[in-house]
Amino acid sequence: MSLKAKEVATQNGQPEASYDVIETKLTFRQYPGDRFSHESLGLSVEDVADIYRNMLLQRRFEERSAQMYGRQKIGGFLHLYIGQEAISTGSVYALKSGLDSAITAYRDHGLALALGMTSNECMAELFGRVDGCSKGKGGSMHFFSKEKGMFGGHGIVGAHIPVATGIAFAHMYKNDGGVCICYLGDGAVWQGSFHEALNLASLYKLPIVYVIENNQYAMGTAVDRASAETDLFKQCVSYAMPGSLVDGMDVFSVCQAMRDHVDMAREGQPSLVEIRTYRYRGHSMSDPGKYRTKEELEAKKNEDPILRLKSYLIQENLISNEDLDVLDMEVKAEVAASVTFADESPFPPPEAIYDHVYTQEDYPFLT
Amino acid sequence: MAELQIREAIRAAMVEEMDRDENIFLMGEEVAEYNGAYKVSEGMRDRFGDRRVLDTPISENGFAGLGLGAAMNGLRPIIEFMTWNFAFVAIDQIINNAAKIRYMSGGQFSFPIVFRGPNGAAGQLAATHNTSVEALYSCFPGLKVISVSNPDDAKGLLKSAIRDDDPVVFLESEFMYGMRGEVSEAEDYTIPIGEARIAREGDAVTIIGHNKSYWRALEAAEMLEADGYAAEVIDPRTIRPFDWDTVIASVKKTNRCVVVDESNPFASVSSEIAFQIQAQAFDYLDAPVHRITARDTPAPYAKNLMEYYLPSTEDVYRACRAVMYLD
Repeated sequence: MSLKAKEVATQNGQPEASYDVIETKLTFRQYPGDRFSHESLGLSVEDVADIYRNMLLQRRFEERSAQMYGRQKIGGFLHLYIGQEAISTGSVYALKSGLDSAITAYRDHGLALALGMTSNECMAELFGRVDGCSKGKGGSMHFFSKEKGMFGGHGIVGAHIPVATGIAFAHMYKNDGGVCICYLGDGAVWQGSFHEALNLASLYKLPIVYVIENNQYAMGTAVDRASAETDLFKQCVSYAMPGSLVDGMDVFSVCQAMRDHVDMAREGQPSLVEIRTYRYRGHSMSDPGKYRTKEELEAKKNEDPILRLKSYLIQENLISNEDLDVLDMEVKAEVAASVTFADESPFPPPEAIYDHVYTQEDYPFLT
Repeated sequence: MAELQIREAIRAAMVEEMDRDENIFLMGEEVAEYNGAYKVSEGMRDRFGDRRVLDTPISENGFAGLGLGAAMNGLRPIIEFMTWNFAFVAIDQIINNAAKIRYMSGGQFSFPIVFRGPNGAAGQLAATHNTSVEALYSCFPGLKVISVSNPDDAKGLLKSAIRDDDPVVFLESEFMYGMRGEVSEAEDYTIPIGEARIAREGDAVTIIGHNKSYWRALEAAEMLEADGYAAEVIDPRTIRPFDWDTVIASVKKTNRCVVVDESNPFASVSSEIAFQIQAQAFDYLDAPVHRITARDTPAPYAKNLMEYYLPSTEDVYRACRAVMYLD
């Protein structure tokens, strides 16, 4: 690259300064749908059945949550992940349980269940009960499980991205071989925290994968109304890290992409992955979704990642219809049991309001 | 006892703790290669290397949040802000994440982190570089807030802050980094968080002040001594949690109180102190609690206006005489 001005002769013979052109070649990876199979990924039939079961569990759990919200068992906001399940399940499959870390924004039920948190503790948290994963202190947007490497559940758009970067920093500092996946929505890309965090991760060579779950809408604002550059994966260029674009409606594409990127992270190379997906429900329960057409929604439903995997299982003769029915029944029963569990779990007692503010046990609160 | 500058006392606290615990690291703007904008971290990169003393880009929101994530995942970060004025762009990390994630996770994650740097008036830098933030951060349960006035407290309290498993906002002063004072050489010297220091005993009036305001309080007490009155001077040292017992006991003895607070007056630390005194010692008061604060304006640039803006020793002295009904 040269910025040296070249001299150009003009009509009157006087030299005139002009500019050079800088040409750069940018390359990105793309993981389209229908490219990868369970065999190409080296997944056993049991693995694929597990993946299917986990995605279905997220779907049924959230359908039931919506119902419970309607019955006022659940308060506050409820942001459903329905449609995006291939991302949580497919990416978590690349992580080492007990070593690696994951952190996301407020649409967090799917990731929690993908990481192995139980339906019981998740439903109890939605109900605001003591047996909830955050003891009734966090609610829908703030699921946490230290045991499962679930670092939240964060309600402020973009605020968790620097935190994720610090989780990865600790993995590097301790040299424990761990990796962090940071999930964020397309809306979070335009918070400064995203840009500060990616730059820091690249400077310090942190073991982290930033995953943009591009579900096309930041609440009601379409990507092209919020982003001057709608290819969000291209943000990686500014931070000198690799970037990929992935079809988020195909769990195998997600699996392959995340496996590759988690491997990079483990070698100290942070990276950015944009996974294109779609949320079938509104931003939250109060959103009628008038910013998109019924036709668009119906077309996207034809790409449903769960139905897609189910068709694959049947076409490839991996699971019988009877076994699928059994699996379906099991998942429904697990979710139904979680509602009973949550309902029977007590509300936190009033004195619990002072618990968990400080580690210091005798902190002198003003009363 | 050794005589140290406040900057040296802060450095000694960090160095001793980093020697003791491998999980502690220091991160901030210009802390490593430049040796610190105010030379607080001078020599620390040479001692601990790039792994444990890290320069950052000018991304306060980014590196404050990075510190929090590192704390969630087992480390004990010290995050330096070049001044607390620059931490306003990181305030979401401190208020929403540092103060609240432990609570929202049902106690699963804790935040053993210190955010430190100079606070309050720093000279003719105009309004954006002269903010006092102690009242602001003290608003939020989940944080602890410390503000020190001398080298001994700086060392003893910073060591405690670094060892504390809760997030601590540690407030210093650009004006005071060069201030010298005796520092205990006791091995493993720490001062408990949440304990005020009675710097001078007396029975005529209680004067409360932290950081620079402590020195205004002490100077006013010396003027009152010349008038024949013994003022009791208290340096709270920790703002959250505040040592109410020491203050209330003192006011019950002196029956009068003047609070010196370099912050803007509305909803300041002085407001809460005055409220607690009326709630807990109303019957003991012989005069309304008086306070001397910065003016209710942004900090000005002009030298004469800046002098007028800040609490002066003369203001404090006059306020004490007023609550003693001497004038």
